[in-house]
Amino acid sequence: MHTFTFVLILLMLMVASFFFGRRRAVTVSKGDVRSLNSLPGYYGYYTALWCGIPALLIFTFWQFSESAVITNLVIAGLPEEVTLLSKQQLNLVINEIRNLVSDNIVASTISPEIAAAAERYREMQAISKMALFAVMMALGVGGATYALSRIHQQHKARNKVENTILIFLIACSTIAIFTTLGIVLSVLFEAILFFQAVPVTDFLFGLEWSPQTAIRPGQVGASGAFGAVPLFTGTMLVSAIAMVVAVPIGLMSAIYLAEYASPGMRALSKPMLEVLAGIPTVVYGFFAALTVAPFFRGWGESLGLAISSESALAAGVVMGIMIIPFVSSLSDDVIYAVPQSLRDGAYSLGATQSETIRKVVIPAALPGIVAGILLAVSRAIGETMIVVMAAGLAANLTANPLESVTTVTVQIVTLLVGDQEFDSPKTLAAFALGLVLFVVTLVLNVIALYVVRKYREQYE
Amino acid sequence: MANTVNMSQYNEQAERRKQERRKQGKMRLSTATVTRDNRETIGNVTVPDYRIRCTDINVFYGDKHAIRNITLDIGRHEIIAMIGPSGCGKSTFLRCLNRMNDTIENCRVTGKIMMDNQDINDKSIDVVPLRAKVGMVFQKPNPFPKSVYENIAFGPRIHGLAKDKVELDEIVVTSLKRAGLWEEVKDRLDQPGTSLSGGQQQRLCIARTIAVNPEVILMDEPCSALDPIATTKIEELMDQLCADYSIVIVTHSMQQAARVSHRTAYFHLGDLIEVGATEQIFTKPVHQLTEDYITGRFG
Ligand SMILES: Nc1ncnc2c1ncn2[C@@H]1O[C@H](COP(=O)(O)OP(=O)(O)OP(=O)(O)O)[C@@H](O)[C@H]1O
Ligand SMILES: [Mg+2]
Repeated sequence: MHTFTFVLILLMLMVASFFFGRRRAVTVSKGDVRSLNSLPGYYGYYTALWCGIPALLIFTFWQFSESAVITNLVIAGLPEEVTLLSKQQLNLVINEIRNLVSDNIVASTISPEIAAAAERYREMQAISKMALFAVMMALGVGGATYALSRIHQQHKARNKVENTILIFLIACSTIAIFTTLGIVLSVLFEAILFFQAVPVTDFLFGLEWSPQTAIRPGQVGASGAFGAVPLFTGTMLVSAIAMVVAVPIGLMSAIYLAEYASPGMRALSKPMLEVLAGIPTVVYGFFAALTVAPFFRGWGESLGLAISSESALAAGVVMGIMIIPFVSSLSDDVIYAVPQSLRDGAYSLGATQSETIRKVVIPAALPGIVAGILLAVSRAIGETMIVVMAAGLAANLTANPLESVTTVTVQIVTLLVGDQEFDSPKTLAAFALGLVLFVVTLVLNVIALYVVRKYREQYE
Repeated sequence: MANTVNMSQYNEQAERRKQERRKQGKMRLSTATVTRDNRETIGNVTVPDYRIRCTDINVFYGDKHAIRNITLDIGRHEIIAMIGPSGCGKSTFLRCLNRMNDTIENCRVTGKIMMDNQDINDKSIDVVPLRAKVGMVFQKPNPFPKSVYENIAFGPRIHGLAKDKVELDEIVVTSLKRAGLWEEVKDRLDQPGTSLSGGQQQRLCIARTIAVNPEVILMDEPCSALDPIATTKIEELMDQLCADYSIVIVTHSMQQAARVSHRTAYFHLGDLIEVGATEQIFTKPVHQLTEDYITGRFG
C-alpha cells in the first residue's frame, strides 16, 4: 500500500467526520437549528478539520524525516569498521545500501554486511509505514472524537473555522514572501562574496569582461576581468532594438483594436496577437538563430554590409516580436478604459477620429501606456533564451547592432553551465550580475506600478 | 386593443384623482383640451426665422424605434427647452442635430434636418464643420485631462481659427470671460481642467464650446450635477449667449425651463407632444399629457 493511499483514507475519514459533526450539531440543538451559534455545516467543517489537520501535519513531518531516521538506525547497526570510516566513505556505503534497497544496479559485488543492512533498511521501512498508518488513523479518529465532544449549542464553530482558513491563507502568502526573500538574500550573500574577490567599482565600471580564472594555480592567461559594462551595454542594445520594434507595432495595433476595429474584428485579432505571448521563448530563440539571423546576414551581404551571424539586431528584432503582445494588450486595455465622454467631447467640437485619438485619447491613456512599456522593458532585460541562441557570447563593447554582443543573462547562463567550482569568482560573478539585473527590473516594475496607480486615481 | 382599454382606465382614474384634488382646492382648473391618446404634435412647430428645420425625424437603435416623426424648428437667437420624462428621447433628438448619433453603433436616423440650405442628416455631409457650427455641452462635465488653457485651445487649434499664439490667447481669454469663468481661473490656466470644481468644469466645457464660435449650442441637462449658484451662473450665461446663438437645452427642471427658455417642447415616449411659447406651455398646456407632466402628476 502506497503512503498516499493513507492520505486518501484520511480524506474519506474527513468527509465522514463532516457528516458526523453536522449531525451532532443538529442533535445538540434539539431540532431547533437556529438555537445553534453557527450553521450546522460549520460544525461539520470544524470536526473535519480536527480530523484532518493533525494527521496531515504528522504525515508531512514523517515524510521528511523518515529516511534520515532509518539511515541513522541502519548505520548504528553496522559493524565497527564501517562506522569508523571517514565521512565520505561512509556516504558511499550508505548510497550503496540505498541503491540496493531501491533495486538499482550496484557496481561491485555486494558484501554480506551491506546486504544485511539493506535487508534491515527494508524491514524498517515497512515498520515505519505501518506505524505511520496507525498514528494517522489514531490522530484522525481521535481529533474527530475530540471535536465531536466539544460541540454544544454555544460552541463558536464558525469563528474557529474562519480563523483556520485565515491562518491557512496567511501561511500560503508567507511561503511566497519568504521564498522571494530567500532568493534575494542568497543572491545578495553570494554577490557579497564575489565583491570580496573583485572590487565593486571594477565590476560596475570595468570595460572588459573575460571571466576565465585559473582552475589550477600557475595556469596561463587566467587573470580574469570582471568589468560588467560590456554586458550591460549589450543588454541595453538588444532591449532597445526590441523596444524599437515592439513599441510602435504594439501601440499601433492597440490603437487599431481599441478605436477602429469592429467588435468582431477585435474579438478575432486580440486573442491572435496574444498567442504571440504564448510561444515558448526557446522557440523564438531558434527562430532568431536559424531563420532571422541568416536572413539579416544574407541581406547585409547583398548590401555590402558585414553583419555577423550572431547579431544584436537579430536577437533584438525577435525579442521585440515576442514583446509586442505585452505592449499591445496593456495599451489596448488602458485606451479602452478612457471614458467615452472624453471622445464625445472631442467629437462634439468637430475633431476627426484621428485627432480625437492623437490629442485626447492617447494623452489621457499615456500614463497607462508608459507603465505597460516599462513592464515590457523589464521583460526584455530579463529575457534569456533568445539572446543565448541569437546574440552570441563575445563581450564586445559596441553600439553597432550588426555586431555580436552578449547580455547579462547570457553570461549568467554560460558562467553556471557545466562543471563549476562554487567558490571561484567566476561562478560568484553570476550572482553579482543577477543581483544588478534584479535591482534594475525591480526599479522598473516599481515605477511602472506607481504610474499605473496614479493613472487609476485619475478616473476613479 | 388592450392598450386603448388600459388607456381609458387610466383616464378614468386620473379624472377621479383630479376631481378629488380639485375638491381639496389644490389644483387650478385644467386648460387641457386634447386627450392623452392623441400623439399628433400640438402647437406651432415652425417659426418664420428658423436656424434648423427638422422634418419627420425617426431614430432607431437597432429595432427599437426611439423617436417618431418629429418635426420641429429651432429659431434664430432663441432658447428652446426640451422636457419630458426619462427615456422619452430628448437626448436622442439633441444628438441628431450635430450627428453625434453617428458615434453610436446600430443607431439609424431618418428624416430631413435642414441647416443653411443643406440636409445635415445626409450621409455625404462632412460632420467636422457641422460640429464646429453646432456645439454640444454634456450632462456630465467632461474636460480633457489637459490644462485649462489647452482645454479651450483644443477646438480653435483643430479648426485653425488662430493665426498665431496671440490670437489663440485672445480666443481663450474671451471664451473664458464669456463663460463667466475667467475671474476664477485666470491664475491657474496651466492647471489640469479636471482639478476644477464640478460647476467650474461645466463652465469650462461651455467655454470650450464657445471657443470654436458655434452658431447653435446643444445642452443636455447641463446643470443636473450643479448646485443652485453654479446653475444660476450658467442660466445667466445662456441668457447672454442667445444674443448670438441658438440654444437647445434638455432639462429635467421645470423651473429652469420656465426661467430660461423662450419656447418649450414636450416629449413623451418618443413622440413630440406639444410645442409652444414657454409661457403658454407652463400656464395653459393644451395636451393632457403636457399638463400631467408639468403639474407633476405624471404616472
Ligand atoms: N445607445 C443606445 N442603444 C439603444 N437604445 C438607446 C440608446 N440610447 C438611448 N436608447 C433608448 O432610446 C430611448 C430614448 O433615450 P434618450 O437617451 O434619448 O432619453 P432621454 O429623454 O434623454 O432620457 P433622460 O431624461 O433619462 O436622459 C430610451 O428608451 C433609451 O432606452
Ligand atoms: Mg438624456
